[in-house]
Amino acid sequence: MIKVVFFASLRERFQSPGLTVEIDQIASVAALIEVLMLPDGTPFGSIFAEEKLMVAVNQEVVDFDGAITEGDEVAFFPPVTGG
Amino acid sequence: MYIRIRVQEIGFSLDEAFQELRRASNSVGAVCTFTGLVRDFNDDAEVTGLFLEHYPEMTEKQLARIVDDACQRWQLMGVSVIHRIGALLPGDEIVLVAVAAGHRGEAFSACEFIMDYLKTQATFWKKEVAADGERWLTMRESDITAADRWQS
Repeated sequence: MIKVVFFASLRERFQSPGLTVEIDQIASVAALIEVLMLPDGTPFGSIFAEEKLMVAVNQEVVDFDGAITEGDEVAFFPPVTGG
Repeated sequence: MYIRIRVQEIGFSLDEAFQELRRASNSVGAVCTFTGLVRDFNDDAEVTGLFLEHYPEMTEKQLARIVDDACQRWQLMGVSVIHRIGALLPGDEIVLVAVAAGHRGEAFSACEFIMDYLKTQATFWKKEVAADGERWLTMRESDITAADRWQS
């Protein structure tokens, strides 16, 4: 199992702060994106063409080819706007 | 070396942060502070409030890393970072960065460095509440440029 969390506009689009996913066949961020879907059925991957999004594995920013292993926490979020 | 990093809902006192830093060491000769406030307008829409969300585990790690980077670059005696989260109103203080050093050069530079990296790396997100609805803010190109110049 891995924990997937969403923040800001993505949390609202998913209508959820996160979920857990069985990772049998999932070894990378890109593969995880493939299996995620918005509540209205839109494939998560299609959002990436529209807007710049970030991903972090265990709180470290990674690329989409970043590896995922059992027990990881994967976070998806838009570019930060604090300060 | 005095380092204090706080993420909190309540407001903060600039003077309190300053007093903590001036006492960081007897050799402190300069304290530079920056305070960010909620503006009442952004891109011409009338803003009635702001909501700040963050990714707690990651925010703490990143703020600590940014402060550590600043300590590697300059000889500092104290750093204090306070960032607010939750519901804020126009005029409210959002962020405070205060740096104590022996001389002003290090204090000015480190304060600006920490703010520039905080803006582009720390996992906070602002949602503006305006008369015509709510909208998540997007990162400004100028913020990326500001952070990039420290890499040269």
